[in-house]
Amino acid sequence: MALNLFEDKGCPLEKQRFTWKELVQPPISKLDDDAFTRVRVILMNGIEMEAIRFSHGCARMNKELQLPLAQLRIVEQHQATMVNGLIGADHSMLETTIGYEQVAIEVTAVVAQNEPDPYLAQVYRFGMLEDFDHLYRYSAMLDRLEGKDANNITQCYTDIVPGRPTVIEHRAPQDNLREHYDRSRAAPITKLNALTIMSAEQQTQNFYLNVAPLYADPVVRQLYVEIASIEEQHVTQYESIIDPHETWLEKWLLHEANEVYNYYGCVQQESNPRIKAIWERCLDYELGHLQVAMNMFKQYERRDPAEVLPGELPEPIKYESQREFVRQVLNQEVDLRALGTQFVDKSQEGEASQQYRAQLNSSGSPTDTVSAGYQWWPGTEIVRGKEMAFKEEYAADTETIR
Amino acid sequence: MEKTTVLGKNRTGIDMSPIDAKEMMALAKITPSSSTGDEQAIAEMRSQYIREAEVIGSIPPPGTLKGMASTAMEKLTGKNPEVFIDKLGCRLAFERAGVRLYDALITKCAASSNGSIVPIERLREFRNEELEHFKLVERAIRSIGADPTAQTPSADVDGMASIGLVQVLTDPRTSVAHCLEAILIAELADNDAWQLLIMLTEKMGMDDMARDFQNALREEDEHLAHIRQWFKQMVMEDAAVVT
Ligand SMILES: [Fe+2]
Ligand SMILES: [Fe+2]
Ligand SMILES: [Fe+2]
Ligand SMILES: [Fe+2]
Ligand SMILES: [Fe+2]
Ligand SMILES: [Fe+2]
Repeated sequence: MALNLFEDKGCPLEKQRFTWKELVQPPISKLDDDAFTRVRVILMNGIEMEAIRFSHGCARMNKELQLPLAQLRIVEQHQATMVNGLIGADHSMLETTIGYEQVAIEVTAVVAQNEPDPYLAQVYRFGMLEDFDHLYRYSAMLDRLEGKDANNITQCYTDIVPGRPTVIEHRAPQDNLREHYDRSRAAPITKLNALTIMSAEQQTQNFYLNVAPLYADPVVRQLYVEIASIEEQHVTQYESIIDPHETWLEKWLLHEANEVYNYYGCVQQESNPRIKAIWERCLDYELGHLQVAMNMFKQYERRDPAEVLPGELPEPIKYESQREFVRQVLNQEVDLRALGTQFVDKSQEGEASQQYRAQLNSSGSPTDTVSAGYQWWPGTEIVRGKEMAFKEEYAADTETIR
Repeated sequence: MEKTTVLGKNRTGIDMSPIDAKEMMALAKITPSSSTGDEQAIAEMRSQYIREAEVIGSIPPPGTLKGMASTAMEKLTGKNPEVFIDKLGCRLAFERAGVRLYDALITKCAASSNGSIVPIERLREFRNEELEHFKLVERAIRSIGADPTAQTPSADVDGMASIGLVQVLTDPRTSVAHCLEAILIAELADNDAWQLLIMLTEKMGMDDMARDFQNALREEDEHLAHIRQWFKQMVMEDAAVVT
């Protein structure tokens, strides 16, 4: 069934209710569920978090919208809660992190291919190679800290090798801004892509900042801190591709439409029937939100929402391994660097980013440290590992303890 | 009895996707890491932080030094009472947390259809004994003028170590056998810690206290033996082999 944003009215806002029990449902199985189910959970939590954040920003700037925003926002809050709670507590924080990077790789790779604007497609490929590297760094950490294989999370969908090395991803702020699409000319999918990836990156940045101090090991803390700094750059990059001339109400419409678009893709592709029912419920709720936002748009802007939204939704994001595409981009674009809003070969990188990075890395780079000599292998690097050298004559001492 | 370990669609492991796995391994093999070395690099960063680290916290000075029973005072002079206070505080915290671990285990067994081999009444008894031990240590701490409501560094560190046990015991998806294993870890550590504490108490010259602690240890021995036995039995029955 194709969804029509103007005709499918969804669940009316006043009927969107939860109980605490509904907000805390049984989580997915880390072991048995498909990795893409976790990918969808992580992505949709990010999208809900952005819905909340945007709504607060909008309320702070628009007195007359405060009540309808508040009425919707509490639903977004509860959706975020319900979705985020689907990650089981048997995930260590690093394991969840591996899931976050898998989202950033696989979803951004699809978006890069769906994006009709060639410049923006390049922006996505550029960011994707950086998150690709993060997966490798965190995998090394998971192996060397907890003795676990990251591939048990990613389930062979995603390669685990270095990308654009994180140590050189640090850039001066002016090299993190990009050019934005034009609100009046951009295709609807362009707007949805930008919102989706920005939301995912923002949640990732937020998550890493929260997780870093939960680890006792300063090595893990440094690792999260270094990568969180890149995720902040990613948020900066992706928010800058969105046209800042869109009105508040236009942005609100697009946010709700993007929630509809993404839940629709989840519903279509979910393999776990219980989780699918959650996506269906959320889709129905988002269609209801969109109705409210469209009414506000008509009332305050005296414009037809069809000027901003397409009737029929674009093709949903495909949840399947993008291995071949990612490898191709890795081969061709790993040496790209950002200079202002443009991408150049590493030989042409600007002074500012080089200086910024040299200072930040002057006491070493945690991403390099944790993955020194690391090559992923099924069952962890220990499978191919050598024994630690030790002196037998000292080891014999333990006899006297017994 | 219901099986708690089931065959199903576990998607971890490379046998689930042999073709993809081969591709991944081929790429990993030919892709060098971007920095040389090995896990020693992590050890070096950790070492640097270890050398710069401060202690996790301190022992509160006995608040009522002047109120401290003079006999206790005499016995502790010339020794390091802070170590004794730290370990007493640790035992207190562990026993108190143990009550909560048993609360969770009792709920798990009562709610689970395959908890039948574990007599819940026995678990309640163990739970109450942990509570008794908590009170025993509380009195002991008070008797030397220290504050039983303070959290000592060893208590704090034991709490860190136990977080995983709490998670296992309260996850609705874990089986009774999983939870018995978690409690077994706790009881093994508990048992050893009581032995150490008794030795320390004797060396501190607190003979009456040490005798009370011996009684607690006897009950802990019982806990350990039973938990170990139930756990073993459940695993064997689940595997359809006789014990
Ligand atoms: Fe929402
Ligand atoms: Fe990342
Ligand atoms: Fe990112
Ligand atoms: Fe919404
Ligand atoms: Fe105990
Ligand atoms: Fe016990």
